[in-house]
Amino acid sequence: MNKEKTMMSDTPATAYYLPEPSPWPLLASITLALMFVGAAVMLNGSPLGTFLMGAGFALFLLVLYGWFGTVVRESLAGLYNRRVDISFRWGMVWFIVSEVMFFAGFFGALFYARLLSVPWLGGAGTGWLTNTVLWPEYTAQWPALQLPDATHFTLAEHTVGAWGVPAINTIILLSSGLTITLAHWALKRGEHRGLVGWLLATWVLGLLFVVLQAGEYGHAYTELNFTMNSGIYGTVFYMLTGFHGLHVTIGSIMLIVIWLRAVRGDFNPRSHFAFEAVAWYWHFVDVVWLLLFVLVYWL
Amino acid sequence: MSTTAATVGTLADEHHHGPQAGLMRWLFTTNHKDIGTLYLLFSLLMFLVGGAMALVVRLELMHPGLQYVEPQFFNSMTTMHALIMIFGVVMPGAVGLANWMIPMMIGAPDMALPRLNNWSFWILPFAFSLLLLTLLLPGGGPAGGWTMYPPLMLQTQDAFPFVIFAVHLMGLSSVMGAINIIATIFNMRAPGMTFMKLPLFVWTWIITAFLLIAAMPVLAGAVTMLLTDRYFGTSFFNAAGGGDPVLFQHVFWFFGHPEVYILILPAFGIISQVIPTFSRKPLFGYTSMVYATAAIAFLSFFVWAHHMFTVGMPLTGELFFMYATMSIAVPTGVKIFNWIATMWRGSLTFETPMLFAVAFVVLFSIGGFSGLMLGITPADFQYHDTYFVVAHFHYVLVPGSIFALMAGAYLWLPKWTGHMYNETLGKLHFWLSFIFINVLFFPQHFLGLAGMPRRIPDYAVRFAEFNFISSLGAFAFGLSQLIFVYLVIQCVRGGQRATDQVWEGAEGLEWTLPSPPPYHSFTTAPVVR
Repeated sequence: MNKEKTMMSDTPATAYYLPEPSPWPLLASITLALMFVGAAVMLNGSPLGTFLMGAGFALFLLVLYGWFGTVVRESLAGLYNRRVDISFRWGMVWFIVSEVMFFAGFFGALFYARLLSVPWLGGAGTGWLTNTVLWPEYTAQWPALQLPDATHFTLAEHTVGAWGVPAINTIILLSSGLTITLAHWALKRGEHRGLVGWLLATWVLGLLFVVLQAGEYGHAYTELNFTMNSGIYGTVFYMLTGFHGLHVTIGSIMLIVIWLRAVRGDFNPRSHFAFEAVAWYWHFVDVVWLLLFVLVYWL
Repeated sequence: MSTTAATVGTLADEHHHGPQAGLMRWLFTTNHKDIGTLYLLFSLLMFLVGGAMALVVRLELMHPGLQYVEPQFFNSMTTMHALIMIFGVVMPGAVGLANWMIPMMIGAPDMALPRLNNWSFWILPFAFSLLLLTLLLPGGGPAGGWTMYPPLMLQTQDAFPFVIFAVHLMGLSSVMGAINIIATIFNMRAPGMTFMKLPLFVWTWIITAFLLIAAMPVLAGAVTMLLTDRYFGTSFFNAAGGGDPVLFQHVFWFFGHPEVYILILPAFGIISQVIPTFSRKPLFGYTSMVYATAAIAFLSFFVWAHHMFTVGMPLTGELFFMYATMSIAVPTGVKIFNWIATMWRGSLTFETPMLFAVAFVVLFSIGGFSGLMLGITPADFQYHDTYFVVAHFHYVLVPGSIFALMAGAYLWLPKWTGHMYNETLGKLHFWLSFIFINVLFFPQHFLGLAGMPRRIPDYAVRFAEFNFISSLGAFAFGLSQLIFVYLVIQCVRGGQRATDQVWEGAEGLEWTLPSPPPYHSFTTAPVVR
């Protein structure tokens, strides 16, 4: 529609804001590398690694603070025109797509385990020889609580049912999708109080989700004996819900940042890309949860 | 809107006279040309490091028996050589060219997200330091092959988490680079530069960027699964817990097959720039080139299991992946045909870039045909994990991707530096490379068909002669590359001044800029008709 027209109206390419040389990318690389080196040293069994990882992580957060701070200041100074805004939008869209593909890998593992490897171990199709020779006692089932050889695993008594906390969490996340939309509508109408209020509500719902999820993990570990070490179902369960929970946590941090910015009055009805980017991310996290709820907990 | 744009324009101009002085220019830069140069120099450095590792491999294989290195070290050399050449040479090399050329080709002042651009680059030196330093750790570097199959990979000692995290960092760098390239091409084109007017190099990069965004996160997932299986008790790849080691191969190759097109599509783009330039004719079948590239990329997501025909898949799987693999030959054939048709009745001259491009078309086709042979499931049962596979993928990667990067470097060096390179040295570099790459890899086809397995430091004496010839080719090819290093340094430092157009048959926006181009390519957008 009028997108083409806007792009044409600022055609002189000089209009595009080109940032000055910046220390942030290099500092981000150094701190990220420090964090990963620390994690690797830690996994190799040295407590020094834990310290390095923590230090790297803290410094990386500082760098992000500085980097985003620079971007926010430039944005408020009016240096970004419509075209810069479009670059940011494409950047965020394809970043979310890359996140979708990250989750797709783990969903692929879930389908593979459920439809192929567990039935094969139980003797289906070409797996009959494996079953007969190696583990004749094993019969396939899903969720796979019994294992072909449980020697090195923690056998779970139950899995986490869908209709308890996970169902409540589904309602919470879906409601948070609604509240962030209400915040957006308020922002577009220029209602400061509505924006700040609904945004805070979204953040509270996100936090509530994380707290309930953590409680559910505690319950599963201590009472159900259901852990990451409980074979393939525990594996895909904790990896998928764990990475999702991590994304909800990151999303909540993003929400609190834009809440602070909203309180400060950074956004106006026409220009509020940061808000929209966080909203997109939040909806993405929402959709992943729906898939998890259906495919991991329910079916 | 236009008034704001004008003020911002002047404001931006005040800040950007030219590069900063000294080291800070390279550390803090937000300029696409500086970052392109960093990528290209990094790629060249890693080419020498990865090449040295290949020479260790070929030295050990020169004669049967074990003579120079321990088998464990031999295996870590093959593993590291592959990781470095793929993630440290071909990918950064192609990204470096993209950084330099895409803004100039589409008429933009810079990349869309300049700071993100610098981050994409600066992650790489750290990632590769992590990888290279594992050689000094207890237990040595990773030795389970670049494909990192469990359970073998899980036996890696202290190097294990470093390798995993290095791969994570490389993936992060690639994804951010890809996002930037897409944002640039979608958003920064000059007025009138519609999608179907884009130079083919730009087109191949759009498609490559999509492949990167779709494939690299899956690799990150695969190596994360390895990490948690090793340290956190998960059982993705452990049958005793209900998992399956073969699952890793599926996830890995779901990344891995698009990855091979990530390595070759930018090369196709470069060749599609070089051949019309030295044929003095427009590219034959531009539209079909675009669609063929897109078709190759699309199909690349449905062929991954041809890397694992012998793993014990159900028959329907074998057949599906065989036919899907065969079908990629169709769009690839379209491309080869179009390159040859471009040269047909052209007014050809054979400067160094053209020599590399013509060699690319011929030698890449050889690699493509051996790929078709490997794609036939029953035949693959014979060839699988032999030197025939090694010969195949080196034919598509060295005289394929690397020759194309060389062609691109020779094509654009005069534009970048403002000086013509030494044509005699360039031709010498080409002919030595061309001859010795065949001496190096052609005999490996025979070795593979005769049954020599890959990734083995020792072999039966009946393979001795061809291995000796192959090793001689390797050393000669490796030494020939030093000519290129010398030529680049010479060209940066001086030489005959290059004109703006550089080559008589060169067409496109990048050739309308001075050589060397100004620090910010197009400060006023050109209008393309």
